[in-house]
Amino acid sequence: MTIIHLTLKIWRQTGPESKGSFKTYESGPITTAMSFLEMLDVLNERLILNGEEPVAFDHDCREGICGMCGSVINGTPHGPEKKTTLCQLHMRHFKDGDTLVIEPFRSRAFKLVKDLIVDRSAFDAIIAEGGYVSVNTGGTPDANAIPIPTFMAEQALDAAECIGCGACVAACPNASAMLFVGAKISHLALLPQGQPERSKRALAMVKKMDELGFGNCGNEKYCEKSCPKGISISNIARLNREFMRAAFCSEE
Amino acid sequence: MSWIIKVFRSSIGKKYIMAASGVCLSFFLLAHLIGNSVSFWGKEAYNSYASHLHSLGFIIYILEILLLLLFLIHIVTGITLFIENLSARPTRYAIQTKERNWSASTMPYSGILILLFLLVHLLNFHFITKTVSTAELVKTTLSNPLIASFYLLSLSGLTLHASHGFWSLFQSLGINHPKYNIFLQRGGRAMAVLIGMTFILIPLLIVTTDSFLQ
Repeated sequence: MTIIHLTLKIWRQTGPESKGSFKTYESGPITTAMSFLEMLDVLNERLILNGEEPVAFDHDCREGICGMCGSVINGTPHGPEKKTTLCQLHMRHFKDGDTLVIEPFRSRAFKLVKDLIVDRSAFDAIIAEGGYVSVNTGGTPDANAIPIPTFMAEQALDAAECIGCGACVAACPNASAMLFVGAKISHLALLPQGQPERSKRALAMVKKMDELGFGNCGNEKYCEKSCPKGISISNIARLNREFMRAAFCSEE
Repeated sequence: MSWIIKVFRSSIGKKYIMAASGVCLSFFLLAHLIGNSVSFWGKEAYNSYASHLHSLGFIIYILEILLLLLFLIHIVTGITLFIENLSARPTRYAIQTKERNWSASTMPYSGILILLFLLVHLLNFHFITKTVSTAELVKTTLSNPLIASFYLLSLSGLTLHASHGFWSLFQSLGINHPKYNIFLQRGGRAMAVLIGMTFILIPLLIVTTDSFLQ
């Protein structure tokens, strides 16, 4: 097992209103089998032993499926590995002596809570506006009662892979949430179950997205590159179509 | 009517405005390029083209007003988007990613450069009392190395702006299809380079060769 030593420049900020700054730490010996978050755990244990405040960071499943973790490592959300969440990023991708600058996701819509933790409830607010289908309760529907072409089911599932981690907003030079909203709109618009609320959903979710202070899409593709689930910008194009259809052709 | 205002005040609506005005401006660019290219056939052909264009009379005035409106819409909406985007991230990152998408990231800046160029270009050739033929005016104006180098710089900026814009406008209008994406992306970039380089050829030929437009 290889041991590496890193220099960590971590954003420290005690609260939403206080002024933050970078603080430099030596990582100590880190095995390359560790995940990025385990490396932070090691640092935090040492900080606690020394009576210092540990670095606050978000995490939950540590399996790359919950969307809780995420920081910006040397300018890239979730770090340098493609299609990888921060918890699934392993230290073998770094070299001994590397300096890592660790910053929180930066966006007006994501308020900083502490250190590397940001409040991403803005995403929940967008979902609450229409990122769902209304289904009447009753007996279990028959399987395959609604025919769905395989390619559409596949496209819907590709969009539904979005875990709402916010890396697209963090990566976007304009802090736009178009990839997130595009994915959420797409996975419902592609399926028959999403049709009744299709137009209302597109208008309401875009309205909410604008109100929350996210930026505008410049088609710069940074979101697609940093998405841990590989959500394609074809979903943004679909969102553009859905919004156009809803705005100009629907009764809503 | 209020729904139209609501649509075009939304983030996506503003992108539709940028894309639609971008399409129209692209056609203007192409028409302007074809007109300019007449200069490659010599002074007489170019002067004849210019006098034919001016003889269109009121049609040219209507087209000019439409063009001015298009430019204003594109510029005002672009600046609005730029300001909104700046305020969407109040705290910048300490480290910028190394994988930059240059043509896309510089859109507002190349746009501002093109706006400056437009003003200089109009002052050079439009808001001027013409005493000589169009070919001579072009030749003498662009013989000034300062003006010629500004034209070269601005037209390079235009190429950069269009190399993102030609593809981006399709994406903003929702035109994205796995069968055509490669043509839209590469075709857009190739078109931008072709148009930009042909425009650049004119000041370049004036500076480097004496016989051009003589």
